[in-house]
Parts: sequence; structure tokens; C-alpha cells
Amino acid sequence: MEYISLFVKSIFVDNMIFAYFLGMCSYLAVSKNVKTANGLGIAVIFVLLCTLPLNYLLNKFVLQPGALSWLGERFADVDLSFLSFILFIAVIAAFVQIVEMVVEKFLPALYSSLGIFLPLIAVNCAILGGSLFMQQREFLNCGEAAVYALGSGIGWWLAIVALAAIREKLAYSKVPAPLKGLGITFMVVGLMGMAFMTFMGISL
Amino acid sequence: MNEELKKTLLNPIFKGNPITVLVLGICSSLAVTVQLKGACVMALSVIIVCGLSSLVVSLLRNSIPNRVRIIVQLVVVALMVILVDQVLKAYAYAVDKQLSVYIGLIITNCIVMGRIEAFALGNKPIPSMLDGLANGAGYGLILIIVAFFRELLGSGTLFGLRVLPASYVPNNLVILPPMALIILGCIVWVQRSIQKDLQEK
Repeated sequence: MEYISLFVKSIFVDNMIFAYFLGMCSYLAVSKNVKTANGLGIAVIFVLLCTLPLNYLLNKFVLQPGALSWLGERFADVDLSFLSFILFIAVIAAFVQIVEMVVEKFLPALYSSLGIFLPLIAVNCAILGGSLFMQQREFLNCGEAAVYALGSGIGWWLAIVALAAIREKLAYSKVPAPLKGLGITFMVVGLMGMAFMTFMGISL
Repeated sequence: MNEELKKTLLNPIFKGNPITVLVLGICSSLAVTVQLKGACVMALSVIIVCGLSSLVVSLLRNSIPNRVRIIVQLVVVALMVILVDQVLKAYAYAVDKQLSVYIGLIITNCIVMGRIEAFALGNKPIPSMLDGLANGAGYGLILIIVAFFRELLGSGTLFGLRVLPASYVPNNLVILPPMALIILGCIVWVQRSIQKDLQEK
């Protein structure tokens, strides 16, 4: 039951885009049409789902204060948490690189549709943000971290596909010249965020 | 101070502002604009990280192999962010708590990486550092403008000091995340009305 609650919460209430503005750059840059938006969204879900549990284990067994106690008594009070930024980003960058190579080798069709987005994802704030939030919230086990990753990935995907659909329609409407493009997109995202705020306070 | 350096310094502040013109680095920025104080600290952190990492990457630029440059850049940026984070933790713990994960997210802030890729890899150290500092400043300027309106209208205060009379009813909507985007949209609107050549067709 807690898993379902966490899942729904991370999609709607704690939406990466609307509540935390994570991954905004690629969100605005790659939302001009639904098809590419969909591709990037799926790539984000996938990378989040893989790196977050990985970083969870890293945090639990290497970084937390006292996490190294499995190495023996002498390491029981070592606190490496100041290294977390550099290790998390290294895991993410390395993982993205590996995934890119594997997909290129074995799934060329998927590569041609996702390929260009994969390198972008290494510097997508949503991924690193997910890991940092995971560290802050102190999830109880790896499963919770994975559920949170899946939920926030789906939330991000939902947001980018929705924005892309709106922007496709927006092309046919009359927007004041200075607002065209970037300006109106900001406002649309703001309005979408307000709509998403109606989910606030939901608990299952 | 020659012409070129001057242009490097002034261009990112208004004409080529990283947020409103290049659309880089919006990610971690808006969430810290509820209060002016947090926004100022964030702006300062980004300026420092951006300037220093441009400097370091520019010093290393001839010895970084092209294939692994992204990882090298990430490591340099992450190192600077860790330094800033540790300093904040030591001297301004309350602000560091308030900024929570967003200091860490400077690592993936596209401005930092963008300037390294676009400028620092091909230029001498000093101009690169100035370019980094100026871009950080252009970014900080927008943050502070957004935070100014959000704190003024949302709580009637500036830097925690009451500015509007007590009879002012705070507009709670302005404190919520979506309004940051709408204010940013308005800033873009104003800038593009002044600078007509930025308008999109």
C-alpha cells in the first residue's frame, strides 16, 4: 500500500517538473513535437529507474555516515557523504555511456529513435535530482527507491508529452509577437503546474 | 580592457542572457526564488562555480582527450560544487538547508556545462573565467528579479524585512512553484518587446 501511495505521489504531487523544476532545459528544448518528446520521456524513465536504485546502494553502503562498517570496526565512523555529488554524477554519466553503447550495438532501431537523447540525459537535472532527493528522504529499501524512480520518471514523461501536445496546437493560435515561442511556453507550463496542484494533499 | 573582453563581460547580462535568450539552466533556478536571500546565495554560488570551472577546464583544455571530455568536465564542475557546498555548510548552514538539493544540482546546470563546451574549451584561461563569471551573473540577475517579485507579493517582505504595510494580504499563489514560471514568462515578454530582434516567428 505504501508503494502505491509513493508511486502516485511521485507522479502527480511531487512532479519533477511542476513541483521542483527539474530537467527544465531539455523539457523546454525537446517539447516541440509529441514524437520526440515521447522518446526523451521514455529514455528518462529508463535511466532514472536504473540509476536511482544503484545510487541508493552506493549511498547505503559507501557514503552514509557509518556506511562503511561492513569493512570492519575501524571504518565504522567514516563519513563520506561529502563525496556524494561526485559519485552520483559519475554513476549517472558512466551508466548513460554504457547504455548508449549497448543500445547502439544490440538494438539499432531503438538507438536511432533514442540515440540522440541519451547523451543529453547525463546532464538532465531530473536524474541527479532524483538521486539527491532519494538521499534526502532516506528511503527504507531499494524497492522504495525503485518505485520512486519509476513514479518520477513517469511524471516527467507525462509532463513533456502533455506540453508537446499543447505546443503543437499552439502553433495555430495568435500569440503576441514578443511572447511567441519561449514566453508563452513558460506561461503554459505555469498554467499546467497550477492544474497539477489540484493533486496536492492526495494520500492513498 | 579591450573591446572583446568588454563584450564577453556585458553580453551575457542582457543581450545574450543565459536564461531568457539561450534557455539554459532553468532547471535548478526557479525553485530557490521564493525568498530573495536564497536566490542571492544561489546566484553567488552559480557565479563562483561557473567562473572557476571555466577557468580550470580552460587550463586543462589542451590535455583533455576529446572523447572523454564530458566526464572530465563533470568532475571539475562537481569538485567546485562540493567546495561551495562545504563552505555553505560551514558558514551558512540555515541557507544551505533551505536550498537543499539545488546546490548539488548546479552540477547539471546547463549554463555551466554550456559555457565550458562553447567557450572555455577553445579560449585562454582569463577570458574563459570572465565569460563564466558574466554568464553566472546574467543568470543570477534573472533569479534575483524573480525572487524580488515573489517575496514582495507573496510575503510582503524583502530579505525578510517587512516592506509592504501589514494590511497587505499576502498572495499565497505567488509562493507556489507555477508562478515562478509565469513571472519568468513576463520577463521574457518585457525583454523581447524591447529587443525586437529576439522575437520568434
